[in-house]
Amino acid sequence: MTEVVVTGLGATTPLGGDVASTWEGLVAGRSGVVALTEEWAQELPSRIAAQLVVDPSEVLPRVRLRRLDRSEQIALIASQQAWDDAGLSDDLDKERLGVVFGSGIGGALTLLEQDDILEEKGPRRVSPFTVPMLMPNGPAAVVGLEFGAQAGVHAPTSACATSAEAISWAADMIRAGRADVAVAGGSEAVIGGLPMAGFASMKAMSTRNDEPERASRPWDADRDGFVMGEGAGALVLERREHAEARGARIYAVVAGSGLTSDGFDIVQPDPECNGGGRAMRAAIRQAGIDRKDVGHVNAHATSTPVGDMAEIKGVKREIGEHPVLTGTKSMTGHLLGGAGAVESIATIMALVEGVIPPTINLENPDPELDLDVAANEARKVDLVAAMNTGFGFGGHNAAILFTKP
Amino acid sequence: MAELSRDEIREGLADILEEVAGVNPDDVADGKSFTEDLDVDSLAMVEVVVAAEEKFGVKIPDDEVANLKTVGDAVSYIEKG
Repeated sequence: MTEVVVTGLGATTPLGGDVASTWEGLVAGRSGVVALTEEWAQELPSRIAAQLVVDPSEVLPRVRLRRLDRSEQIALIASQQAWDDAGLSDDLDKERLGVVFGSGIGGALTLLEQDDILEEKGPRRVSPFTVPMLMPNGPAAVVGLEFGAQAGVHAPTSACATSAEAISWAADMIRAGRADVAVAGGSEAVIGGLPMAGFASMKAMSTRNDEPERASRPWDADRDGFVMGEGAGALVLERREHAEARGARIYAVVAGSGLTSDGFDIVQPDPECNGGGRAMRAAIRQAGIDRKDVGHVNAHATSTPVGDMAEIKGVKREIGEHPVLTGTKSMTGHLLGGAGAVESIATIMALVEGVIPPTINLENPDPELDLDVAANEARKVDLVAAMNTGFGFGGHNAAILFTKP
Repeated sequence: MAELSRDEIREGLADILEEVAGVNPDDVADGKSFTEDLDVDSLAMVEVVVAAEEKFGVKIPDDEVANLKTVGDAVSYIEKG
């Protein structure tokens, strides 16, 4: 069977403007969550967020910025890093290059901004770039255009499972023989009044406004919801023979992936994690490894009361009691559509470096937490295989299993 | 608005072109074609027109935009008011 490997990584996150600085922040246990001081945020129940530390305006030219939604800007930045990291160049056969890149919400802030212009100044003042900026396939399309991808550009949207799903689609695209190389990932940039008010109305967000750095606390007994984050991650996936032929560095193998759906509720996670568990099982089965070899799970762990503990049941049932878990959203906040890609990068780095980043703020573990979590300090562990999971509103479940090359 | 000279209109246009399309102001001259010489595509042209209407207090109807092929055409149209 075709083996799919990872040859390039890129990210821009609340911990750093690239993979190296993000990884350093993760291992150091640094929180990227800050108080929102802007006026628009002051009435919101949740007035904290994990914002990018390197603003896209520091990276992209001004005219480029004008024509791209923030989610597209960071998709482009992360993908360019991954492209360069993989050592790819323009002589690649573009008919064999694909892109699978998603966003959970897309250009919602562009929509709101242009709607204000429509109301205040009339239809002629609405930007001609409005539609390409707000369409949910925008980030995928922008990345595809940047590299001239012609094998297919796809945009999964499955809320917070989006970019884990994107990695799975991209691996499938290569396995199916449709591409030799695929840029996979996701981005999200919706730190704004309406999205945050909407999530808050669902009671999904932390309101620990006085202690931003302590607000995201997966598996802690005092967790009270997720913290909104913004960011993007991108991975270059490649057919192994193709990567080897050009002498590319191989970070990891995308050994297996599982995609399932709950059929349970539009927003509530299945408390037994049946669908999530089936995704984990499918990933292990496709990889053809013993589940005992899965030594680490970078869990979805958003810091919500129900979801965090449900996943524990899934991991125990499908993988066992041995994996060391972590919840890096404790530091990055919840990157929604960007989460799966950034956390898959963290999973791969853990595999490569033999270090599992901590789950910070795990001070008073939930009494039902009976698995080993790398709490508050990074953990050195030799790993053979590691999994990333992502679950999204709508009941979407994704599990991606990476192994050493 | 006070009457503007052709030079002043051209400078104002150059500012807009730089802002919305990244055109180097030094390249903005009467003989330059928006699409051929300055790489202003049709969507960017929409932005240029709207910004010019606002800046110079003129109306540039959509069917007129097709006739504005060069910077000089636009300067003349705005000059007429």
